[in-house]
Amino acid sequence: MRRRAAVASVIASAGVIIAGFQIGSAVSATRTTTSAGLSGGTATSTGGSAAASPGATASPAPTAATGSTGSAQDGTFTGATEQTPFGPMQVAAVISGGKITDVKVLQRTDQGGRSVQISNQADPMLRSEVLQSQSANVSMIGGATYTSEGYLMSLQSALDKAGFTG
Amino acid sequence: MRQTFDTMGTVVSLEWSGDPSQLDEVSSLFEAADRRFSLYRPDSELRQVADGTLELLDASAELREVYATALGWRGETGGAFTPHRPDGTLDLNGIVKAWAMSEAGRALGRGGTGGDWCLNVGGDVLVSGQAAPGAPWVVGIVDPADRAGLLTAVPVVGARRAVATSGSAERGDHIWTRGRERAEFAQVTVVADDIVTADVLATAIVSGGAASLDDLTARFDVDVLTVDREGALRATPGMRELVAK
Repeated sequence: MRRRAAVASVIASAGVIIAGFQIGSAVSATRTTTSAGLSGGTATSTGGSAAASPGATASPAPTAATGSTGSAQDGTFTGATEQTPFGPMQVAAVISGGKITDVKVLQRTDQGGRSVQISNQADPMLRSEVLQSQSANVSMIGGATYTSEGYLMSLQSALDKAGFTG
Repeated sequence: MRQTFDTMGTVVSLEWSGDPSQLDEVSSLFEAADRRFSLYRPDSELRQVADGTLELLDASAELREVYATALGWRGETGGAFTPHRPDGTLDLNGIVKAWAMSEAGRALGRGGTGGDWCLNVGGDVLVSGQAAPGAPWVVGIVDPADRAGLLTAVPVVGARRAVATSGSAERGDHIWTRGRERAEFAQVTVVADDIVTADVLATAIVSGGAASLDDLTARFDVDVLTVDREGALRATPGMRELVAK
């Protein structure tokens, strides 16, 4: 199914490709707005932060309605430690102008209970957080090096067949 | 237009908007690199160096340059990337492909109209410009657990022009893991400004595991996505932004 979706997206016209990407941007912006519903210093762990997990419980304040970005206060809000499938995680959200401008991971699974500030470290991320192939207009396929034989069975091969327009 | 050709035991896919003759230029470049660096060709220059029939000092400037670059990366990665096999054989396979991609990128940039092109060599991707006006090139990343499906898609924007992926599943024979029998990560994707950095660091993180991941992401300006043996993902903040819904 996913192969078919990927190929279909390639066959799509250039116009659709542009529209598709803009839709993707809009979705991203919308989510940022939605997840800005923090107040009272209680950071939720929704919205693609490092601590997001199916079991993470948000604690929305009564006033934190979806889209009410104007009501969020500026500042840094530190969330409670959440249990995730990867271990305990804690995040802090930096809110500016009613939007989350940064999410910092304060506690990592391999750091025990010690809070650490991270810069560019790789932290756990759920598959549900990432852009799925169906919603992207993929030009090329990246992956561990395939052989010439492996290529014949690959998604890249399907894309190339669809792309031989020249 | 888009074309493919075989080289270095894999397949190159090139999409470009410039002069059609650039395809020949790019394929010649890869063929020349393969003739010089393939250990599978008994007459290649690297084979002769590896066999001891050619002194390194007598080797071509190109071979010595690539070897020096590889040694530099061995130092930078604390040995997680190395141009030597465990038995000591000189093997530049881990860097030659990316090096040739850089050369091909320079060639494509010289004659391009607008410089919009996308080069995929066996799953490593280098781009210039954009796919269409206002639309960046987007690289789908294979799911190591289901190679017919995609894990996610990475838009290639700004100075980040290179997306390299290394894995311990497919052709894992060219990555030597240190101090353990199995690699911690099934797949590592690195997005960087240049393809050699991306490719070398992806290989080093597969080889060196979580310790190399933490070390290299702290010292290099790159975005990284890893998939471990259980399928769990880890991402740097920059990668998280790139692949977020």
